[in-house]
Amino acid sequence: MRVDHEIIRGWVAPNSRVLDLGCGDGSLMQLLSGDGHTCVGLEISPDNIQACVEKGLSVIEQDLDLGLANFADKSMNMVVMTQTLQAVHYPDKVLLELLRVGREGVVAFPNFANWRCRYYLGFRGRMPVSKFMPYSWYDTPNIHFCTVLDFEQLCRDLGITIVERVVVNQEGDSNWLTESLPNLLGTTAIYKIKK
Amino acid sequence: MTDHNSPTSVGIVTPQVAHFDEPLPLSNGGQLDQYQLVYETYGQLNADKSNTVLICHALSGHHHAAGFHSADDKRPGWWDHYIGPKKPIDTNKFHVIALNNLGGCHGSTGPNTINPATGKLWGSDFPVLRVRDWVNSQAKLLDKLGIDKLAAVVGGSLGGMQAMRWTLEYPERVGACVLVASAMKLSSQNIAFNNIARSAISRDPEWHDGHFYHVDSKPRTGLSLARKIAHVTYLSDDVMGERFGRELKRGNFTLGTHNDYEFQVESYLNHQGESFAETFDANTYMLMTRALDYFDLAREYGDDPALAFSHATCPFLVISFSTDWRFSPERSREIVQALLAAGRPVTFADIESSYGHDAFLLPNQRYEALFRGFMDNVAKSLGRNA
Repeated sequence: MRVDHEIIRGWVAPNSRVLDLGCGDGSLMQLLSGDGHTCVGLEISPDNIQACVEKGLSVIEQDLDLGLANFADKSMNMVVMTQTLQAVHYPDKVLLELLRVGREGVVAFPNFANWRCRYYLGFRGRMPVSKFMPYSWYDTPNIHFCTVLDFEQLCRDLGITIVERVVVNQEGDSNWLTESLPNLLGTTAIYKIKK
Repeated sequence: MTDHNSPTSVGIVTPQVAHFDEPLPLSNGGQLDQYQLVYETYGQLNADKSNTVLICHALSGHHHAAGFHSADDKRPGWWDHYIGPKKPIDTNKFHVIALNNLGGCHGSTGPNTINPATGKLWGSDFPVLRVRDWVNSQAKLLDKLGIDKLAAVVGGSLGGMQAMRWTLEYPERVGACVLVASAMKLSSQNIAFNNIARSAISRDPEWHDGHFYHVDSKPRTGLSLARKIAHVTYLSDDVMGERFGRELKRGNFTLGTHNDYEFQVESYLNHQGESFAETFDANTYMLMTRALDYFDLAREYGDDPALAFSHATCPFLVISFSTDWRFSPERSREIVQALLAAGRPVTFADIESSYGHDAFLLPNQRYEALFRGFMDNVAKSLGRNA
């Protein structure tokens, strides 16, 4: 199981209505549905939509860059967005939409200030490529990378409250080191937010 | 091309007829004292009668949705791509019912059948029908067949309107709902196209106010023109370009040929119109386009589609096609938005296709895969409940 999914699972209140933005193949929704939550996902990849349908999940073909106008204010208990923030055209607007629709939100993203990325860029002088970010710079869905510090600054600018933060390293572990040096050691940052 | 021996064909099928002597109350305040519905079934009804899928047909559809009527039959039923063994509506798992709606012209009680009160053909005196009348008559057919609950109700276009109405009128009888290229109500543009089609029929001198049977005539010209207009709206600019381009049927571009049909596209449209006029009834066309025009899912729910769908209880699959401008993807998105607001489970996909509205009838890999994926889960849920 993906470590970010396991952490998010513990943050969802019982019997929640959950919206998953960029739900991928539906593995998080499947996990949450199994816990008794009511889930619906938004996705644009036909293969991922097919995978969700085969799992018996609800999924809507919808481009996040066009907003969430079809969802009413605070109509969801929780809106989650994992590994998707860096792929949207307007991350700030998507975050505001996320918290307009959801009473709470969860955002997980790859931390671009991780020491491996810094090593790639600082010593090798190349854009980072890793297991978590396998794309070449010219052919990638990831167009808005950010760091732990960048994200927290954006939250302050937008008046978003950070309720919880967990940062995990490449091994998927969270420990006193990752907590004390999140921007350097964290590979994936997971936030619970509200507004 | 499939034939009746193909392992994915339901094979040779025989229409059946159900007679009803109990009056059917109609939306217009009147009633049909007696009526009959012609239908076909494919696949086996299971022991607890829980695996029936009802197919609701569109404007020019009928009960012959899959298979062949004889070994010599050249063309299968109208939705044969999607109904059969191992097809999206898998007849190894489901028992499928397809019927000809009331007011139709393929064997069910309609304008071209006898009005018992007069002993003459109904013609344009046939009662005005609304989509809910079809749904109520379909429910009577299920009663007669001893089927309490449908595994799914499925429909494209006007068929989708019936399927939606089913989920509001008989929520306890519907396990799942599939809506393909449909809408909660027609747009003004859509009604306008239907008006032009009806005008073509009613201005044909052979129309005789809908009583052309008595003078042994038929408004072929009008019906053919109506179909040609509609057919253009069912296709996309792209697909017409791909299929016909600016190819000439005969002659050359310098002189033309002074025929009615000089371009390939004209010849094609003419053929479509003429063959339709031979097989379809003009009164049925009037009646069914009117039912389309007047359908408005949420009207009686204070024009609030979310309130309407709050009466539904089943999961939905909604599908649209990228180049469909008669029932555009936006119409399907409106359905999805209402279902989400009502808290109903819904899956939506907008399928890339160049075929316009007609795409809902045609083979398409993604459409088939999604439809199959959804229906397989419907079948699994039956197993769990049994």
